[in-house]
Amino acid sequence: MLEAVAVSKGFPGVQALSDVNLTVAPGEIVAVVGENGAGKSTLMKILAGVQVPDAGTLRLNAREIRFASVDAAQQAGIVLIHQELNLAEGLDVAANIFLGREPRVGGPLGLISSRIYSDAATIMQRLGLDVSPRAAVADLSLGQRQLVEIARALSLQSRYLIFDEPTSSLTERETERLFTVIRQLRADGVGILYISHRLKEVCALSDRVVVLRDGRNAGDLLREDVTHEALISRMVGRELKQFFHRDQAATLATASAEPIVRVRDVRWSASQKAGISFDLRPGEVVGMAGLMGAGRTELAETLFGIRRRLAGTVEIAGRMIDVRSASNAVEAGVLLVPEDRRRQGLVIDFAIRENIGLPSLGHWNRLRMVDRRREQETSLMLRDKLRIRTPHVEQIVGLLSGGNQQKVVLGKWLAREPKLLLLDEPTRGVDVGAKAEIYEIMNELAKQGVAVLMISSDLEEILGVSDRILVMHEQQLAGTLTREQATEQAIMHLATGGMGNS
Amino acid sequence: MKKLIGLLLFAIGLYLAVFVKVPEGNDNRTKNNVNMARRMSQLGIVSLGAGTLIIAGGIDLSIGSFMGLCATVLAVGMQRQGWSPPQAIAVVLGMGVVVGLIHGLLVTKLRLPAFIVTLCGLFIYRGLARWWAGDANAGIGPGMFKRAFSEATPLGLPVEFVYLVIAAIVFYLLLQRSIYGRYLYAIGSNELAAKYSGIRVDRYKIFAYVLCSLTAAFYSMMHLAEVASVSPSNVGSMLELYAIAGAVIGGCSLRGGEGNVLGIILGASILTLLQAVVSFWDVPQSLEYAAIGGALLVGAIMDEVLRRRGPATAHG
Ligand SMILES: Nc1ncnc2c1ncn2[C@@H]1O[C@H](COP(=O)(O)OP(=O)(O)OP(=O)(O)O)[C@@H](O)[C@H]1O
Ligand SMILES: [Mg+2]
Repeated sequence: MLEAVAVSKGFPGVQALSDVNLTVAPGEIVAVVGENGAGKSTLMKILAGVQVPDAGTLRLNAREIRFASVDAAQQAGIVLIHQELNLAEGLDVAANIFLGREPRVGGPLGLISSRIYSDAATIMQRLGLDVSPRAAVADLSLGQRQLVEIARALSLQSRYLIFDEPTSSLTERETERLFTVIRQLRADGVGILYISHRLKEVCALSDRVVVLRDGRNAGDLLREDVTHEALISRMVGRELKQFFHRDQAATLATASAEPIVRVRDVRWSASQKAGISFDLRPGEVVGMAGLMGAGRTELAETLFGIRRRLAGTVEIAGRMIDVRSASNAVEAGVLLVPEDRRRQGLVIDFAIRENIGLPSLGHWNRLRMVDRRREQETSLMLRDKLRIRTPHVEQIVGLLSGGNQQKVVLGKWLAREPKLLLLDEPTRGVDVGAKAEIYEIMNELAKQGVAVLMISSDLEEILGVSDRILVMHEQQLAGTLTREQATEQAIMHLATGGMGNS
Repeated sequence: MKKLIGLLLFAIGLYLAVFVKVPEGNDNRTKNNVNMARRMSQLGIVSLGAGTLIIAGGIDLSIGSFMGLCATVLAVGMQRQGWSPPQAIAVVLGMGVVVGLIHGLLVTKLRLPAFIVTLCGLFIYRGLARWWAGDANAGIGPGMFKRAFSEATPLGLPVEFVYLVIAAIVFYLLLQRSIYGRYLYAIGSNELAAKYSGIRVDRYKIFAYVLCSLTAAFYSMMHLAEVASVSPSNVGSMLELYAIAGAVIGGCSLRGGEGNVLGIILGASILTLLQAVVSFWDVPQSLEYAAIGGALLVGAIMDEVLRRRGPATAHG
């Protein structure tokens, strides 16, 4: 039994945890839920020896334990899979999985045995990670990297495994696979702690759910008592309106407008069989579904000018735009909330204020000086609007909780005036309350005549917020579904290569 | 802030160490002060250029040779080819822009590592300087050029110091007040995020290379004006290391994205003062580098120890 008893932890300006209790037994899956910044990751880091609590005790099998380091925790059999990825990008997959524990040959020479690749392949297969163990991590997609992290943890043969939002960048299929592995681990007597903002997963997987709110225990529910509503009301401490649904009237209102965005035959790779063409109308929220690797991110990056467009045209508000760089795109009103917030979305060492100002500074001041006042005001305004949990906007974004970091990425662009807003998995790692707020913001922008294109792997989300759904399959547009036609089955059918009806 | 105070205290300590060794009388102390101010101003200016580039995540190893080439071109031009000082200045500043552009373009467009590009520059400019001067010393006589860059004493201050103040203000506005500065920090910290924010990353990186080469060119004017005659085969050798060291001591991280103007200037002052300490405390000339290196190492160790004892920051 692994226990945290009355654990507290404070950071400058925030009390992340106050007197929190948590237990997990061998062979049990305990989910931990809570809003962004509720203290989930902090609690897990304490259990895994990453951070030291200010007060409280940890016990393993009723013996008090105190970890001086991550290593010590791993020795004791407790392993944390971080919310944010920590991989050595230049090394290959196998090297990452066994980093520090490489199978050796040659005694004191310490040569790495080639067994590393077959060992890695075994674990990868278990997870359904379908790449070569020799592939460089830098070449993997975000979801694949996530699986590498998990593979690394599995290779440690631990007794307690902690997953901090493991599925946020996985596809449905990978998620299912991971669940199978987790259940198998439970059967082997491993204790599992599992953090997720996807309540559906939580309901499906866990034996027990622990709710945190503002760094305190706010509920401990047994499997049979777990419902969406019960969780949400404990998480946010108030009733929240049901899952967001886009207004039917809004869909109808946009249906007849002249398109504001016309994409014709756009290609970014020579291997594409045909180019991609579609229209977006002002005020429309269009979802883009597809499996991982279907080319959704590539398409968004091409429209944003980060990726070279090989062929095709993009017309916005009647003007052909020649986006050869992101700055061109921004000038033309095309904005992108990228997929990987820590690498692409944020300057981790910058304050919230500086990150929010980054894309707008040049726009604000003719003298090319930093307009500190405006930057400050804008970030305060956005902090309130997006409910970014932080003592002040001078906080370094690297120290924010994952979901709050995502809100800062979104905030960067809300200070500008988009015509086409591209969102790549915008609600990844975002709590239910904040998700609703993000949808609200998308809606508001749409009302102002912006065309919103949202990429998401969360079908429930796609179905809930879109007026229309584009489905991609193997770098092609596999089809378009209207709201009436759209069901999970219809989307999956197209996404897996079934024939379209567009 | 704490770092700046530490640097300041270190600099004051070194200054006192020099001060007690300077013989009294005959204006010795004033002369020495003026001399050190000159040194420190020259190094400070070129450190500002190097520091700006380091903040943007770049590096320039060719500063010393390039400044040597500039000094040679200046001397040869004015002495043998009859250029007027303004002409010579224009040529050298033009060279600064062109060389910075070349470095920047090679690094951004061809994606060559900055280390390689500027290391090649280090060899190339030195060779060009020797060839241009026919491998002979070149010098200038007294006149307007010497006055403008070394002998003048506006307000009783060495003119180099005035240049440093101007440079400090310009770089302060640029780095810490203007959007360009913010972009340079962003690029140095996370180039990809800067790109995804719609910043023209390549353009600003090139700009940083140009600034760096320009300060090296400017240094060559002050240097030639002061010493009057240069030997193309060694003028400015090791200057790049002093400039980089000044910036790094002043708080610039070679990983980019860190550092500020005041720190860089303090870093350059500390180096200058260390040199003075070495010469006044009768350390054998041959040990100069070893002494400076040792002192810097001790400083770096102390800095790290103090940092560890400060509030711990965890990364998740
Ligand atoms: N190293 C740190 N320094 C300062 N504040 C921190 C640090 N780590 C976490 N915090 C703050 O502590 C609070 C709890 O953060 P934590 O990461 O545990 O939240 P979380 O529940 O995991 O949220 P999310 O769902 O967004 O991942 C947040 O307000 C966060 O900003
Ligand atoms: Mg978290």
